[in-house]
Amino acid sequence: MNRTQPLVLGIESSCDETGVGVVRGTTLLANTVSSSMDEHVRFGGVIPEIASRAHLDAFVPTLEKALADADVRLADVDAIAVTSGPGLAGALMVGVCAAKALAVATGKPLYAINHLVAHVGVGLLDDRATGRTQDLPANLGALLVSGGHTEILRINGITSDVELLGATIDDAAGEAYDKVARILGLGYPGGPAIDKVARNGNPKAIRFPRGLSQPKYMGTADQPGPHRYDWSFSGLKTAVARCVEQFEARGEEIPVADIAAAFQEAVVDVISSKAVLACREHGIKDVLLGGGVAANSRLRELTGQRCASAGIRLHVPPLDLCTDNGAMVAALGAQLVMAGVEPSGIGFAPDSSLPVTSVSLPA
Amino acid sequence: MMILAIDTSAVASAALVSDDAPESVLASFATADTRSHAEVLAPGIHAMLSEAGVSGADLDALVVGVGPGPFTGLRSGIATARTLSFVWGKPLHGLMSLDAVALEVAESTAAVPEFLVVTDARRKEVYWARYSLADGQLPLLQDGPHVSVAADLPELPAFGAGAGLYGDILDAHPEFAAEQPDALYLGQFALARLASGEALLDSTPLYLRESDAQVPGPRKRAL
Ligand SMILES: [Zn+2]
Repeated sequence: MNRTQPLVLGIESSCDETGVGVVRGTTLLANTVSSSMDEHVRFGGVIPEIASRAHLDAFVPTLEKALADADVRLADVDAIAVTSGPGLAGALMVGVCAAKALAVATGKPLYAINHLVAHVGVGLLDDRATGRTQDLPANLGALLVSGGHTEILRINGITSDVELLGATIDDAAGEAYDKVARILGLGYPGGPAIDKVARNGNPKAIRFPRGLSQPKYMGTADQPGPHRYDWSFSGLKTAVARCVEQFEARGEEIPVADIAAAFQEAVVDVISSKAVLACREHGIKDVLLGGGVAANSRLRELTGQRCASAGIRLHVPPLDLCTDNGAMVAALGAQLVMAGVEPSGIGFAPDSSLPVTSVSLPA
Repeated sequence: MMILAIDTSAVASAALVSDDAPESVLASFATADTRSHAEVLAPGIHAMLSEAGVSGADLDALVVGVGPGPFTGLRSGIATARTLSFVWGKPLHGLMSLDAVALEVAESTAAVPEFLVVTDARRKEVYWARYSLADGQLPLLQDGPHVSVAADLPELPAFGAGAGLYGDILDAHPEFAAEQPDALYLGQFALARLASGEALLDSTPLYLRESDAQVPGPRKRAL
């Protein structure tokens, strides 16, 4: 196996995007994504069975297009990487079975890798504008916010040493956006819909709760509480529903823009403040933003401001690499190959709750 | 003609069948359980091919059981078969998974002119199909596949694990009361039908049920 500039094919199917990406070392060659998002619109959220059915039909066409875009043949590939978790169990299963079949049919080594760590892997791809190689700073933080996850990680070594500093204990932030968008009648996906309406609203019109920010959860730097860097968004969603009901009960018009702005402010405030706190208390000077909610303008703005005042650099990859895709899986796969990590083989099981400490599965 | 057959509609199984081999079978494997397809299927196929000394280039076609069967398990076989077919550049055919049990019945001493094949559909329902059988012929699908409660099935001898599960309601044949679709019979069925020039299905899964998703109703207004 070529371990200096390996040609790696990455497969992603943990949620509603079927992604196949191709990288050579740290150079992105193809990033093909097929999404079943449109099929989930009428349900107001991702339906796992519908996503799984779509993965099955999308996989081979997506693979074919990625190979054509990258202008490579399967025979030239050095290794295959696939998301083995965390994610929706039935959705993961399709990508994992397809990846194993690819490995059997081609005889290529297969890496079973962690979806969350892969979100960080895109930070290592060469800058698309300049073509320059990028290094991950030592002691890097990663703030991942999407419809499926909300986490703050510390990356000591991307192929070997990743730790979870904090995470949501209930809904993911993107899920909260979807639910609140439904309450406000704004459609799906909720993130862009709320972000847009919120621009015409007053974020201070209503004060919504910031979950897990009371002293009993926070503790102090020396004696951290049980959820110092964790988030909770289910109470926030309930607070929005109650607020809407109160306006209705009084027979008043619902101030949709103000509620959207106040909700967004509550989410973005608690995400950015806890992320910055976690970074400060762990000596983290660089943070990478990942996940679909990185597209949210207010999250980027407030996190950017707070990072800057704390002396932390915020790195935001191109948005098509922030959302779920195969290139991030290929990028992390290539790092594993270059670091000399052994492949996982074809006997592993997908794990819907794979911890971030498992960057790739051992053989 | 050599075919790789795969079925994951209940257990995970695969077989290499060829009209040149004794009993048409070169190699086969099947798991006992119905929930570990993603782990065991690829290693099973890999081991089977290496032991038989067969590579993708030696195959003429692949055939996959397209169900009906529990969705996640069913997809693992179809995803595997579609990918192997794409990489090897070999045609992929689909066969209804219950056909495997029907052929096994036809080849046994339990064979009768008209019968049902029944498998477990979970949620207190079964997948089933009705077959007829003439002397020396392949079983002929007459009706199905369907998904329903066992009480709604026609009164005919019933074969397969779904019949065994509802032995109090169905006329379950004891020797077939735990029988699941097996790629071995699926592959033999495909060989026979392709040899007589019959077309098979494509690899579209026969889910028979919609996803459980409910379109949310309008939010209740507070009064
Ligand atoms: Zn993700």
